[in-house]
Amino acid sequence: MTENRLRGVRPDRDAVTGVATGKPAKLGRRRGGKGRGGRRDGAPTVPDAEFTSYYNLPVINKPVWSSLDIAGYLFLGGLAGAASLLGAGAQATGRPALSQVSKAGAFGAGVLSLAGLVHDLGRPSRFLNMLRVFKVTSPMSVGSWLLAGYVPLAGVAAASSLSGKAPRIGMAATAGSALLGPAVASYTAALISDTAVPAWHDGYPEMPFVFVGSGATAAAGLGLLAAPVTQNGPSRAMAVFGVGTELAAFERMQRRIGMTAEPYSQGRGGGYLRAGKILSGVGLVGALLGRRNRVLSALSGAALIAASAATRWGIFHAGLQSATDPQYTIVPQRERLRAAAPPVGFAEP
Amino acid sequence: MAPVDIQIGRGPNLDGALLGDTDPATQGGYPDHPPRMGFFTDTSVCIGCKACEVACKTWNAIPEDGLVFTGMSMDNSQGLGASTWRHVAFIEQRKPVAAQDPGVVHDQNVLELAGNPTAPGTNGDFRWLMASDVCKHCTHAACLDVCPTGSLFRTEFGTVVVQEDICNGCGYCIPACPYGVIDQRKEDGRAWKCTLCYDRLSVGQEPACAKACPTDSIQFGPLDELRERADARLARLHEAGVADARLYGRDPQDGVGGDGAFFLLLDEPEVYGLPPDPVVTTRDLPSMWKHVTVAAATLVGGALAAFVAGRRL
Repeated sequence: MTENRLRGVRPDRDAVTGVATGKPAKLGRRRGGKGRGGRRDGAPTVPDAEFTSYYNLPVINKPVWSSLDIAGYLFLGGLAGAASLLGAGAQATGRPALSQVSKAGAFGAGVLSLAGLVHDLGRPSRFLNMLRVFKVTSPMSVGSWLLAGYVPLAGVAAASSLSGKAPRIGMAATAGSALLGPAVASYTAALISDTAVPAWHDGYPEMPFVFVGSGATAAAGLGLLAAPVTQNGPSRAMAVFGVGTELAAFERMQRRIGMTAEPYSQGRGGGYLRAGKILSGVGLVGALLGRRNRVLSALSGAALIAASAATRWGIFHAGLQSATDPQYTIVPQRERLRAAAPPVGFAEP
Repeated sequence: MAPVDIQIGRGPNLDGALLGDTDPATQGGYPDHPPRMGFFTDTSVCIGCKACEVACKTWNAIPEDGLVFTGMSMDNSQGLGASTWRHVAFIEQRKPVAAQDPGVVHDQNVLELAGNPTAPGTNGDFRWLMASDVCKHCTHAACLDVCPTGSLFRTEFGTVVVQEDICNGCGYCIPACPYGVIDQRKEDGRAWKCTLCYDRLSVGQEPACAKACPTDSIQFGPLDELRERADARLARLHEAGVADARLYGRDPQDGVGGDGAFFLLLDEPEVYGLPPDPVVTTRDLPSMWKHVTVAAATLVGGALAAFVAGRRL
């Protein structure tokens, strides 16, 4: 902007702002308030950290995904994947009713999860662009290809099982869907963890185990809900495996990640997760006690399905909360820097 | 349908693609490319005029992004988003700005005439920080890594651009960005962000914001040149006693492999709404896939065990 004749007279971009006194920056205290920075019993989960933010605005942009579509997609993917395993096993061990129910459930859940994914797109008509490339760096790309392979297989397996036609093709499709099922149930953990959302990213080592556990719980619930008690031994065992894996992995994650785990026990996310735990417990006990009672068995199955859904909704909303509140982005990063660098001096060399 | 383009990472070497100091254009498949271009935003000379915001909006034909009064100093655009690709942050602080050198000679000391109410060290301590934020065009860009359609791509200039005719609005890039840059335009469904004026760069022009900046707070050029210039500027400010000055996003060894658009700040990054130690989320993706594989195997094992135990249960 300086005219040529004035060049060198005014400093322009070389202007020196001023001589600061070198006083250290005042850091705001981490805000207190409802439930923040402490457990319900008042014991702090982590020591209060000091942090500064820009008008308390979030640092990252939170996901624009709708909870019905994407939390539903996480839940239904888990249900479908684990149900395919249950269906294949039931067929192999001569439990036709359990096999039919599981295969039909797997296909239905697969279709619905795909529908959720498409519905959530800003441009649903461009869904096929998902199959334009294959990228291992994008769990959503991997997942789209997985579902594109899995859903037709689950469909053929279910159709053959329900109609009794084309048993060989049905067998092959059952095997194929059982092979892809575990991947369908687990990749969604990488999908949410591969973001800058603190509660999701920090939990990445345990999240796949939470997800397969939750998927197994839902598939077991479906079997208990819709198949006769005489064929449901494996469903009851799978419920034990699912609830156990999910709760153990979740507990481990919460303890390990510290402060970023707060949204998992607070607010909307925390509420869903508590409901999930209660329903899991009730469903599991009911399933084991109601071994010969069709009604109790079915109710327990419904509770287990609801538990799995509540867990996914809880994780989804806890993630949103951790993205919206800047402290979950800033404080852990600041602590990482403090741990890596000497405590005094804020100017970089 | 066109043949499927198999992309494994962004190059043959996945490790190099996810970590450390690399040349992003080469990683992106341009063996012969122009130098990496970027921004050096020197906030110490920003005057908060918002010419960059306006120039960006005008050149890129960006729709209105909400006409609200926030009360956050002079900042009403609040942050980067789908329709805000340059954002000027304003921070008012009770800190001394100390002796300011306007570069012109005064015959009279007007401050003394006014009773000197804002002299340094008194209760009148006040400084106003202004900083123009923009997409960082990371060396390791999470938005680009996670995009499932290939809509986000690396240009020959090493920048990151969304192809709006490909984007299907899945929204994955939005929470992937560690800086909160890219966002969805609600009325249109797709994700939008700064292109570093790819159209202007392609014909040898500088980006609109840098062109419009009256104080050269936004400097555009080859990244290695900007880094040298920034180092010299930082040394000059430190020499002058501005101990608060620091570079942000300059270091190619940081969590995103260095930013294509980096900054000189006068306070901690979080004061300006920037993450203090951002890390590209895909750095952990190899480990995530390993855990997913083990979990999938655990599910198979659990199901097999369920059929063994299920005979008795």
